[in-house]
Amino acid sequence: MNAAIWHALVSGPLRAAPGRSMLAVVAIAIGVALGLAVHLINASAAGEFGRAARQLAGEADLVVQGGRTGFDEQLYPVVATMPGVAAASPVLELEATLHGRRDTLKIIGFDALRALALQPQLAGAGNGARNALFDADAIRLSASAAREMDIVVGGKVNFKVGMQSLTLHVVEILPDTSYRQRLGLMDIAAMQWRFDRTGFINRIDLRLATGVDAETFRRQLQTQLPPGVHAVTPQTDSERGLAVTRAYRLNLDMLALIALFTGTFMVFSSQVLVLLRRRTQIALLRTLGVTRSAVLGWLMAEGALLGLIGGLIGLGGGYVLAVQAMAFAGTDLGADYFRNLNAELIVEPLTLLAFLGLGMASAIIGAAVPAWDAARRQPADELHARDDGDTLHRPLWIAAGLVTMLTGALLALLPPLGGLPLPGYGAIALLLIGAVLLMPALTGILLSPASLPSFPALGLGLAQLKATPRHVAISVAAILVSFSLVVAMLIMVLSFRQSLDSWLDQVLPADLYLRAAASGETALLSPAEQQRIAGTAGVASVAFTRFQSLLIHADQPPLTLIARDLPSEGVSRSLPLVSPPVTVPPGAPPALWISEIAAAVFDWKTGQTVTLPVSGTARTFTVAGIWRDYSRQNGAAIISRDLYRAWTTDASANDAAIRLIHDTSAATAEQALRAALPATAAIEIVSAGTIRKISMGIFDRTFAITWALELAALIVGLFGVSVAFSIQALARRREFGVLRHLGMTRNQISAMLAGEGALTAGVGALSGLAVGTVIGIVLIHVINRQSFHWSMELHMPWLQLLALFIITAACASVTAVLSARSVMRSDTVAAVREDW
Amino acid sequence: MVPHNADAMLSLSHLHKSYPGPAPRTILHDINLELVPGDYIAIVGDSGCGKSTLLNLIAGLDLPDSGSVKLHSCDITGLDDNTRTRMRRRDIGFVFQAFLLLPYLTVLDNAALTLKLNGVTHREAQRKAYAELAAVGLSETIHRFPGTLSGGESQRVAVARALAHEPKLVLADEPTGNLDADSAEVVLQLLRDRVKAQRSIGILVTHSSAAAATADRIYRLHHGTLQPA
Repeated sequence: MNAAIWHALVSGPLRAAPGRSMLAVVAIAIGVALGLAVHLINASAAGEFGRAARQLAGEADLVVQGGRTGFDEQLYPVVATMPGVAAASPVLELEATLHGRRDTLKIIGFDALRALALQPQLAGAGNGARNALFDADAIRLSASAAREMDIVVGGKVNFKVGMQSLTLHVVEILPDTSYRQRLGLMDIAAMQWRFDRTGFINRIDLRLATGVDAETFRRQLQTQLPPGVHAVTPQTDSERGLAVTRAYRLNLDMLALIALFTGTFMVFSSQVLVLLRRRTQIALLRTLGVTRSAVLGWLMAEGALLGLIGGLIGLGGGYVLAVQAMAFAGTDLGADYFRNLNAELIVEPLTLLAFLGLGMASAIIGAAVPAWDAARRQPADELHARDDGDTLHRPLWIAAGLVTMLTGALLALLPPLGGLPLPGYGAIALLLIGAVLLMPALTGILLSPASLPSFPALGLGLAQLKATPRHVAISVAAILVSFSLVVAMLIMVLSFRQSLDSWLDQVLPADLYLRAAASGETALLSPAEQQRIAGTAGVASVAFTRFQSLLIHADQPPLTLIARDLPSEGVSRSLPLVSPPVTVPPGAPPALWISEIAAAVFDWKTGQTVTLPVSGTARTFTVAGIWRDYSRQNGAAIISRDLYRAWTTDASANDAAIRLIHDTSAATAEQALRAALPATAAIEIVSAGTIRKISMGIFDRTFAITWALELAALIVGLFGVSVAFSIQALARRREFGVLRHLGMTRNQISAMLAGEGALTAGVGALSGLAVGTVIGIVLIHVINRQSFHWSMELHMPWLQLLALFIITAACASVTAVLSARSVMRSDTVAAVREDW
Repeated sequence: MVPHNADAMLSLSHLHKSYPGPAPRTILHDINLELVPGDYIAIVGDSGCGKSTLLNLIAGLDLPDSGSVKLHSCDITGLDDNTRTRMRRRDIGFVFQAFLLLPYLTVLDNAALTLKLNGVTHREAQRKAYAELAAVGLSETIHRFPGTLSGGESQRVAVARALAHEPKLVLADEPTGNLDADSAEVVLQLLRDRVKAQRSIGILVTHSSAAAATADRIYRLHHGTLQPA
């Protein structure tokens, strides 16, 4: 019995029209592949990041740490001698600037003897050169660092410290097993000396005595630590690093799942149309005694089978895609979060099972509604049903659509959950589902006022669409889903790009920007070099900047403190403020301008008094204004450099913004500046235009993966349209035959179908434009705000939207014609005699 | 040799048609027929004897292996598909067993469809279609959709559609196969009357002897040959 039903309901029709099912399978496969690829890359990167952090912490129970600048080494003996501490190891960690290269090398300086107790994997790695460990010119490299820099034992590594070059000798290369990432190891005292950090460390790793409760000890220790220094567990340390990327990774996951969502919808649309064609067959089976639940069950099983096949293909595709994407765009898919991270793709069987299940669940969900609809119909009515019967027209659907959209709108107003914009994503999903539910009614409304053109081919096409709005709604909805998501992303990304462009205009007022180095913490401009820069011929004025990182909260990424030479005309005019600034009254704490990310993360407001740990001392400021910052995702705050120098005695600078005298060319000035500084300085001098170009390039690279995922969603959507048109073309074979009898040429029928396709796509794209704009606004004002805390202005990219509209309509027209042509290749003339 | 009638509007000469395959099957063998305007004939025969194939050849929907089909002295077997399609649009009307009205067009639009395909203006097409619908007694139903009509009404709309553009040739393939006896009688009478009124040629393919009896002459298609019954 079951085998007979299976054959009659599922395997027979599948074998008869494998192409129809194949497209649904492909859609699911694409969804699973994209989801799995993004997940594998994200999980591998996050796993490797966490593993690297744990390895550095070694066997420590707690880590005492400050900002990157570090803290006075005198804290070490205080902490190390506290009761309950079994072992302590002081650490200095720097991202050292590599001379002549644009990248950096993380160097860890530790006391080898003390570190043996806490980081035996690092301190004890290697066989020889123990004595050389204390050599001030010696460095040990991890295997990946040596490979990447193409250095062997005995070779040299050149660093940049201040404006000077520092050469260290490689005394040992660690085995791959000790630490997988790029890393250099030095004796801490030698490192302090050679990297000009005498007296400073930035970490103390602690192992507690047996029986000491780590959390109790941590709380007690925290009370003894100076401002800006925190005691945390190694896990908190690792999670803080990953927290920065969490929203980005979630965004990618969500984008990838959109393709799966579109796949679900494709299964839904193809099943609705296919089951319409099989109404009589199903009614016959019901008449012959097949129960309603059996029909429902087997049709759902058909969905599961499609999901299983698509899921299995998707798993293979996802793995290949992940390998290729990681090789092409890196472990962070182009976002530069894990620039130097070497991660291997780790594939867990459970992950594969989960994505296979996701693919199957998507297909089952897609098949469920049409299956239920087919099962609940009365066989007596359906035995004489025709293909053109209306379905999906239920007042309930309209009500459900409105309620779903309203719920979505309400979700968009909710705050983030656990720091992630989950309600926002829920809002987008509900807005889409609601719009799909409303499509049959909306299609009818949009098409009803259109009058039939006198040109017969177009007139017939429009008449067909007007008479079957529910069928048309399936195709329209397929376009709506994919088009609205692309529209939303287009609006969001181009709004962001436009906002970034305007922002760069404001934050790059100078003619030239001089940097001590492209990256790293060790290259700095000394006061004497700053003087030489200011005195260079052609230079009208210079504003120097010093960056520091401050750890405000133990579980938050460090804030960037920007000590700047403030312009005489006032900071307000030179900063892209997002709200009106306040004037700091005389006698009040000095002004602090915070980025909107800092305002969101630390919940600071304009006019509020806040305390920052500047060089180990708590300093109080008045928040004078909030400005937009697209370059530092952890938050930033600007203070006067004069104030900073007075408080810290640190007179060095990282950057200089240089305005030139009116008739001085940038090239002449650059030449003069290079001549004014030591030949070994290897400074970077770029124009505002170059920085703008680089910034826009980074932006475009970051969003390249987004576009790739969106393109995939659009292709899956067009698959959906293709499936819908193919099935409708099959159902209309006899109509095409009649039209051929009556004297319509194949070209006229093609024109009719092209018109239908264009009109269907037009309705879908118009609806998609409306829904996509709303989703775009949710992306800009909810998802982005809650994910990254930055704001942007809404810019409607009309030209791009128009181009997208035309392309979609053209693709849909071509798809409609191709679908029908394949049907017309068979004998449509004979089709008029079917069922005689 | 077939005697040649100078007044013949439709002339089938030595038509052969077979379907290829491992064992090729001859469907039509040396079919000859000449019809003048106003002729209304019936072709009868068993299922699968080739009646529909013959209609397809006459309509230019299929091509013979040999022989000619001349409509107004023009051999349509030598024409390309587009020219045959235009000829069909202009000179032939069809009535099918299953009516085959387009469900998304009103009765009036269905009847006006062939006129519009022939480039007749919307207004003129509607006027002529209305006149034809009135002639078949359906002037009250012009704004209804096919789904709301009875079988007899549907076939009368199909007759109106077949004749609205005043074709030279009307091909009716089992036009009463889906109708009850009363409706069948009405449709057959209307079809004959309208063909005669327009001085078209009517070819009725049917199983029904009652239907065939309404024709001027009856031919039997048997073993691929066409013989007067």
